[in-house]
Amino acid sequence: MNSAQPSEAPGALLADATATVPGPVPVAKWRWRSTAEAIAIPVAAVLAAGLLFGLFCLVQGRNPFSVFAAIYKAAFGSGYSFQNTLVRASPLMLTALCTALPARLGLVIIGNEGALVVGGLGAVAAGLLVAGSPAPVVWAAMALAGFGVGGLWIGAAGLLHYRRGVNETISSLLMNYIAIAVMNHLVNGPMRDPASLNKPSSYPIPDDRMLPPIGETNVHYGILFGLVACVLAWFLMEQTTFGFKVRMVGGNIRAARLAGLPVSRLGWITCLLAGGAAGLAGMIEVAAVHGRANESLAAGYGYAGILVAFVARHRGLPIILVSVLLGGILASGGILQRQFQLPDATILVFQGLVFLMILLSDSMYGRFGLFKEKDAA
Amino acid sequence: MNTESIGWWGVVIGILAGAVRGGTPFLLVSLGECLTEKCGKINLGLEGTLLVGAMSAYAISYKTGNPWIGVAAAAGAGAVMGALHAFLVSRPKVNDIAAGIAMLIFGSGLAFYLGKPFIQPSAPQLPGLELGGWSAMPQVAAALKISPIFLLGIALAFLLQWAFRSTRFGLRVRAVGDSPAAARALGISVGRTRLLGITLGSALSGIGGAHLSLFYPGAWTEAISSGQGLMAVALVIFARWNPVHCLYASLLFGGAQAIGPSLQAVGVSTGYYLWNASPYVLTLAVMIATCSTRRTLAGAPGALGVPG
Amino acid sequence: MILSSAIIARAFRVLALLATGWMTQHAVAADKVTMGFIYVGPKDDYGYNQAHSQGCAGVQKLDWVKGVEEASVPETTAVQETMRNMINLDGATVVFPTSFGYFDPHILRVAKQFPKVQFLHCGGLYTEGKHPANVGSYFGYIDEAVYISGIVAGHTSRSGKLGFIAAKPIPQVLRNINAFTLGARSVRPTATVQVIFTGDWAMPVKEAESATSLINQGVDVLTCHVDSPKVILETAERRGIYVCGYHADGSKLAPKGYLTGAEWNWSKVYTDYAGWVRAGKSLAAGTIPHLVRGGLKEGFVKCSDYGPAVGEEARKKADAAKAAFMSGTMVIFKGPLVDNGGKAILPAGKEYKQQDLELESMGWLVEGVIGSTKS
Repeated sequence: MNSAQPSEAPGALLADATATVPGPVPVAKWRWRSTAEAIAIPVAAVLAAGLLFGLFCLVQGRNPFSVFAAIYKAAFGSGYSFQNTLVRASPLMLTALCTALPARLGLVIIGNEGALVVGGLGAVAAGLLVAGSPAPVVWAAMALAGFGVGGLWIGAAGLLHYRRGVNETISSLLMNYIAIAVMNHLVNGPMRDPASLNKPSSYPIPDDRMLPPIGETNVHYGILFGLVACVLAWFLMEQTTFGFKVRMVGGNIRAARLAGLPVSRLGWITCLLAGGAAGLAGMIEVAAVHGRANESLAAGYGYAGILVAFVARHRGLPIILVSVLLGGILASGGILQRQFQLPDATILVFQGLVFLMILLSDSMYGRFGLFKEKDAA
Repeated sequence: MNTESIGWWGVVIGILAGAVRGGTPFLLVSLGECLTEKCGKINLGLEGTLLVGAMSAYAISYKTGNPWIGVAAAAGAGAVMGALHAFLVSRPKVNDIAAGIAMLIFGSGLAFYLGKPFIQPSAPQLPGLELGGWSAMPQVAAALKISPIFLLGIALAFLLQWAFRSTRFGLRVRAVGDSPAAARALGISVGRTRLLGITLGSALSGIGGAHLSLFYPGAWTEAISSGQGLMAVALVIFARWNPVHCLYASLLFGGAQAIGPSLQAVGVSTGYYLWNASPYVLTLAVMIATCSTRRTLAGAPGALGVPG
Repeated sequence: MILSSAIIARAFRVLALLATGWMTQHAVAADKVTMGFIYVGPKDDYGYNQAHSQGCAGVQKLDWVKGVEEASVPETTAVQETMRNMINLDGATVVFPTSFGYFDPHILRVAKQFPKVQFLHCGGLYTEGKHPANVGSYFGYIDEAVYISGIVAGHTSRSGKLGFIAAKPIPQVLRNINAFTLGARSVRPTATVQVIFTGDWAMPVKEAESATSLINQGVDVLTCHVDSPKVILETAERRGIYVCGYHADGSKLAPKGYLTGAEWNWSKVYTDYAGWVRAGKSLAAGTIPHLVRGGLKEGFVKCSDYGPAVGEEARKKADAAKAAFMSGTMVIFKGPLVDNGGKAILPAGKEYKQQDLELESMGWLVEGVIGSTKS
């Protein structure tokens, strides 16, 4: 693990204050103790959250063990329920990158929801434009448009940050609301398909131009986009010079400037990629699920993605894991209602507890002798 | 002017009265956020706190029959949420934005869960101050029925302004927010000051929630806050961490919320989605116009968002 | 990464093992009918979802029916998953996804996977050949009850200015606005209805702001079509004007100003379906109709009891209209009908019967409505 924690300095407004110099390029030797630490601590946190939630259930007069058995069964218990979990996880992988990539630079972007929405809108527009072409062409056009529009959206927040000093956390938050308003305006007005009746929506992409499910499963190809994007993000950030430069900016922006790094350009390119990832999530919602743009695009995947990114400490590969974990929690929300007559909000409480405990566990790193590397100072 | 129909004056009254009615939760939450950020931490979880406050105020007012006890309960519940956030962000390596979002989820989950039995019943509401008795027009009288929490908010805005400038507490808060290391060197306990600041700030947004459920719109539903707590975070930056500016900005946001409905009431009926987004566009525009890369913003706490 | 997922999985598995002793079995007796109900919001919202949940509670009074409910299910892949879970895990043979937005693509997709299960959707339109055969649609002609509200409102109003707060200009909403207006103008030809669209289904602050703006413009009877009318009813009561309810009986929220209201009666509809399913009927076989509709006469909808402010004359007129609906002679949409831009919709002598599908894709506002269907 890199010692620099770029995520913790939101904004240029705030970034000046970080003063740690980034560590050298990672050592090639596999450090199993820190790997074990990186696994044991989050697992302990999830267990602690489970304990708290179990108490909560007990207070509500439900047997915690049967509740957990049901959650497990509904999330990971069978190939069938694992499909549900994967479907839930796939947009989260992409939206998480929207926060994770800029975080490596020291920017805190929370405009994931907005980027997803405008990405979805762009994808629909592109898809409708070339609807007559063969399916792969339609998919490529939609993906490109989703990526491009989402990228420009967050890229703009990045540009505003570097050119005008506008705090990117706040501007990207505001842009969420603006994106949703624009989407609502378009699907209720100029883009509205009169046949969409009681749920105002854009004109639909033809059925045979939609992304199909994988084989006989209910999982759509969005999961592949998510996995590939996370792996690419990991490669870009950990294995390339670009990533190294980005991390250097994140570690100490003054040192990076002194070293002659093009801070502003690195910044908005990273934001562009980040927004592009969220835009792709929007494209997949359109191309694999809804077939059209409507208010269901703003289903909260963006906000969930922020949390996934932080919990995964902005690393590409852990994002995959955390998305699956959250996907599992979300997928098990229904069974609590149907089998235990617990209210719909129960799963929110559980989700909140899990994330609070995982965040709290962040402060546990380096506390246990067992996990200290022998060669570490 | 006849009292039955007031035409375009309705838009003016609507926006002005909406500024006061709808601006009050913004005011309380933004003052709370302002205090929190002056300590050097961000609390995005105030959206959750607002919901917890609204729910506890309504529930307690219903159970006890006294809305003021409800307000106190909202403040108390807010303080507990704040203390939890303060504890979280005081831990090393815990990011305050992430902690805020986790608190947002946890807080809204808790509020929705515990609030289920209170959606149906009607709780006693806070009495309004009837400042419009002089007017024969019911519209004006209704517009001038002022929430006691709004008055509390005004008083708090000036009080906080004064406290930041001229009290030991204010000095400590600012010292901790600007440079924890320097504050420590002066013998100020960073942890305790932050705990106090964040807890107080969160209690304020709890009271903002009480305005929502006990005055305007005056009901407990799960959609009651719809993002107002998050917006208050933007509002503080808009107001440059100045409590009195928070007051003006809250009024502006509250008024902007009323633009869409007031215009439709006089028959301007197109583009309401865009009108409804006007507060966000406005804030962004002002930020773009006034920010600069050359200087940090006046009033910005130096250590804002920095771990430790 | 693989290692840690294995650990997480194992941790869960240990818990699961510990728990097997407590696992409850969900085998349902063969003669029971299991019905799944899915709501888009919380089920105690004083509105649309609550009305359906009460319907579920109503049908569960039959001892051979088991109802399974899931609330706050968004119109995303989540609802597909919920339907599959209800069928696979709970053994539901009929599902009622109650939000309009569940239909396309979610219900259509899952219905193809489970041809033996009946998928009944609230408010949609079934097109033979285009939609799977095991999909059906049900809805109530609530505009009939809203028309009655309009009569009472038109009669009771002093200013002749009525207000309608609506979420979005969609056909179901426009039909109610028009019915309310036609009802009011049937007794008071000069009455106008000012409409405000809030833009979304649950926006309490905006709804309160809309109510206030309308009252400031001299409106003295309000009604609405949003998810939960609670805030609007209470705002009207505080400002001392009259109000007509929607979805559920709101008289407790506005004891002085509540005139009447349009309410759903889903228990009746769900009980009908339960009986059909128990008798072995199915949509695919054609023994359950694909489109089930009904109004006051069929008991799908009802009117709230009159409030204290409703005068003798208004009661008489409203009761007469109710009787006409019950006997099937009343038609709400009949010519000559002109929209609020002056364009003719129906010439004199022509009419749209309630069953007319034309009404379910309505895109106009009748004369007397102040407002526009454009967003």
